[in-house]
Amino acid sequence: MNNLLNRRDLLKLAGMGVAVFVSGTTVRAGGSSQKENESFYFVQLSDTHWGFSGPNINPDSQGTLKKAVAAVNALDERPDFVVFTGDLTQTSDDSRIRRDRMAEFRDIVSQLNVKTVRFMPGEHDASLDRGEAYQEFFGDLHYTFDHRGVHFISLDNVSDPSGSVGDKQLLWLQSDLKQMKKDARIVVLTHRPLFDLYPEWDWATRDGSAVIDVLLQHPNVTVLYGHIHQEHHHMTGHISHHAAKSVMWALPQPGSLPRKAPISWDPAEPYRDLGFRNVEAKVAEAQYEIEEFPIVRGQ
Amino acid sequence: MNMKRLITYTMMVGALTGISMVGRSTAREMRTDEQVVRITASTFQFQPSTITVKKGVPVTLELVSEDRHHGFKLADFHLRAEVKPGVVERIRFVPDKAGKFTFICDVFCGDGHEDMTGTLLVLEDSIRP
Ligand SMILES: [Cu+2]
Repeated sequence: MNNLLNRRDLLKLAGMGVAVFVSGTTVRAGGSSQKENESFYFVQLSDTHWGFSGPNINPDSQGTLKKAVAAVNALDERPDFVVFTGDLTQTSDDSRIRRDRMAEFRDIVSQLNVKTVRFMPGEHDASLDRGEAYQEFFGDLHYTFDHRGVHFISLDNVSDPSGSVGDKQLLWLQSDLKQMKKDARIVVLTHRPLFDLYPEWDWATRDGSAVIDVLLQHPNVTVLYGHIHQEHHHMTGHISHHAAKSVMWALPQPGSLPRKAPISWDPAEPYRDLGFRNVEAKVAEAQYEIEEFPIVRGQ
Repeated sequence: MNMKRLITYTMMVGALTGISMVGRSTAREMRTDEQVVRITASTFQFQPSTITVKKGVPVTLELVSEDRHHGFKLADFHLRAEVKPGVVERIRFVPDKAGKFTFICDVFCGDGHEDMTGTLLVLEDSIRP
């Protein structure tokens, strides 16, 4: 994707209603005509995998999350909230280690200089114990919240180890959406792609098409997710799906290599392909501007 | 069980209709070269991790887990199965294309889950003797 996007270029992705900024430039187009109260910012971080160790993949596995927290705190404009879209921790068979990692992760991100931090599970956090430890530390596996005119829905497609949302949660989603106005501004936050991005690498949600069918009944839906450790943009009908980079390691583009394996650390360009994003929600237009930031400035 | 009965039946038919049946391989059920491959899943590998089959020849995969719940997904042939301890899951299919295909575990099973892959090699039918 990076090859397709010109660095430091502002890009309108055709038909997506999303402007994508690459490289963390603070230049914004057209922002001045907007009333302040019509838009707000939030930050998405993803796939922090706290507890991971792999010197060839990320020799700074103990430091990268802390640098990301510092980078968010150093943003020119403070976001209204921060959301982590899953794989907060690296999985462990040992339930004590799992809880230790969650506690450490929670301590580190408590340094974020924002009022509200939202969490959701990834398969590393929740698949081996169906979300038991996760719920002790971070609360519900799926939930909704409303913020300044946008209805956020956090969907769990990982606590079932087969990577499904499940009928029960699907019914919950349907009844939640029934209470919303047709043109409600809806942002879905989830871990795995809801569409079949690349099933050969298990980049899909087994019952994701049923979820998309429900969401398609509303005209203003945007999905932000993680799991694939790279920036990616895709449309299913009028719904746009935007994958975020990982804070810990990058993965190759779907199907670009015979095997899905982490991209090796490049000492010449440390932290390359890692990052987080700032999302500006333009509520009146139901548009979202995504600005990608590196972990370390200058990358 | 069904298979055995079918083969017995076709042998009888073959005997009755005489020599004309010999050497005919159009009826898929008559093939005696059907491959049965047992694949054992365990954290975090498939054993064997490479299986070689022939295009056009039916394959039965017998999948079983040695430890925990795993999955088997062969996306190129739209096949998937649950792989659980103590249960032999059978998938029968006829590979209709030659090439090298990857199968994966699609039930998250732990730290090495992402490494849990294998290769299906489908050889061209003409290689069959
Ligand atoms: Cu497995």
